[in-house]
Amino acid sequence: MLQILADGLIIGSVVALGAIGLSMTLSIVRFSNFSHGELLGWGAYLAFVAATALTTTRQALAAPIAPFSFGWGLLAGLLLACGLTALLALALDTILFKRLRKAGAITLVIASFGAALALRNLLLFWQGGIPRYYSDNLQIAVAFLPRSVWGGLRVTPDQIFVLALTLLTVTGLHLFLRHSTLGRSMRATALNPGLARVTGIDPERVLRATWLIGGVLAAVAGVFAGLTVQLRPNMGVELLLPLFAAVILGGVGSIWGAVLGGLIVGLAESASVTLVGAEYRSAAAFAVLIAILMVRPKGLFGEQH
Amino acid sequence: MLDLTGALSYASFFLVFATAYAIISLGLNLQWGYTGLFNVGVAGFVAIGAYTSALLTTPAASDRLAGLGLPVAVGMLAAMAVTGLVGLLVGALALRLRQDYLAITTFGIAVTIQLVANNATPLTGGPFGVQFIPKPMQAWLGTGLPWTLAYLVLSLSLLLLAYLAIEKLVNSPWGRVLRAIREDEDAASALGKWSFAFRLQSFVIGSMLMGLGGALYAHFVGFIAPDDFLPILTFQLWAMLIVGGSGNNRGAILGAYVVWGFWTAAGGLMRGWIPQAEQARAAALQVVLIGCLIALMLVLRPRGMLGETKVVAR
Repeated sequence: MLQILADGLIIGSVVALGAIGLSMTLSIVRFSNFSHGELLGWGAYLAFVAATALTTTRQALAAPIAPFSFGWGLLAGLLLACGLTALLALALDTILFKRLRKAGAITLVIASFGAALALRNLLLFWQGGIPRYYSDNLQIAVAFLPRSVWGGLRVTPDQIFVLALTLLTVTGLHLFLRHSTLGRSMRATALNPGLARVTGIDPERVLRATWLIGGVLAAVAGVFAGLTVQLRPNMGVELLLPLFAAVILGGVGSIWGAVLGGLIVGLAESASVTLVGAEYRSAAAFAVLIAILMVRPKGLFGEQH
Repeated sequence: MLDLTGALSYASFFLVFATAYAIISLGLNLQWGYTGLFNVGVAGFVAIGAYTSALLTTPAASDRLAGLGLPVAVGMLAAMAVTGLVGLLVGALALRLRQDYLAITTFGIAVTIQLVANNATPLTGGPFGVQFIPKPMQAWLGTGLPWTLAYLVLSLSLLLLAYLAIEKLVNSPWGRVLRAIREDEDAASALGKWSFAFRLQSFVIGSMLMGLGGALYAHFVGFIAPDDFLPILTFQLWAMLIVGGSGNNRGAILGAYVVWGFWTAAGGLMRGWIPQAEQARAAALQVVLIGCLIALMLVLRPRGMLGETKVVAR
């Protein structure tokens, strides 16, 4: 029972971080970006490549930090990947989406669908299809509760790291959106682009910021997915449905909605593993999606539309 | 002489596939080109058609649930009916909401169908798929070129039938309402058109054509597996429609042949040039190429090869 909860929260943090970026593109750039999942995949692999390069040149970086399975090399790789993925998101916008913005939301969706396939297959071409891991060290899960108490609870230090850093990132983003000028202009543009422009907010600057933040969050989410599961070129597309389910569940444009949606989707997935079996795990996100569309299509915290 | 038979056989194989895609592309064109409904789960609908027909027509097998041994024609009709039914369910759920929710829902449907096909082994045969799907007319024509040609004629007649039916539909008052809703839903609603019902009808008819295309594919190859209906199939079909020109039925058909030709040629070139060991990686590049083609087309020539003909009121 508790174990399902813990596993769900960890899957959920990955989904939540990805969903925030997706939700922001949906509310500010105003289209369903089917290539967002690929940003997660690229982020994870960029961190992998950067970390490998760093640890082979400086052996000291490879040594695991105390309880975790990874060393400073991966943390540096994560930072680099954040920057590169943000640039990738921005480049995608400049090359493709910007030119199609006038053509309407659905043209953008088609283009993003094409971009997703191109990105995923480039990744497959570059890195091959074999699953990879950030670390070869096997981690022993620490038993927090014995098996006799509600089925027990075992968590690895890496998983705690993921949960803590997710909480930190989301809080940081929340403070940024609430208090900084750029954050406020982003929220204003999401609510009413016309009015935002009248008050002197530069829409292009807001869009750029949205892509950059979405890219950074996607890279973090991708690395977390790689850290807690494994790296595969298909990881992006496999996460896409949970991401969309979380965004719609939480309500488009709501940061905390996306977080809550992500956690609920994560819990649904981990519960379905126990209840139905691991092979139907991806269908859990779909079930959540269908349920929310039937009951409350605006989402839990939906405001506009 | 042998070479000629070989070339003819290759050409007819190519054409049968392209024709099945053309039928699916017509369905997609009705949904997207005429009604503006964005279906990202085309592969899922095609899979439903293929599996329905396959499961109804294969001879009974001990290790699977279905296998009714029904005639192929019944299988194809059932494929259309079942796919239409799924389209009805998906549409009823998602068409009331904002546009891109349909995209997300159809994406989810395709993922789920892929999961079921892979895991519901007693019904679908799991990853190994369904084998020994009967090929119609094979009792008379054998397995060689005559049969392939006959199947090509069958597919082409079905395509012609589908084309004529869809043309008649979109040029009828019903089709005009579809375009009106696509262009300006508020205006259409103000004229008393219940846009949800029209959208739903268009979505269901489009889905049925996708099911038919899937069944046509299944009975030609004689074997289907979940891997035949990956998201790349959806993407190929979108490429066909966009390259050919959405909103134009002839464009949708032309696009199917052109893009399938482009795809086959790119694959052939890669097999010729790239060493065996690298071919799995090269196949990824083939997809990248098609991805760039679709993006280029959207940016440079959004109307496609044959765009929609402008209708001006006189």
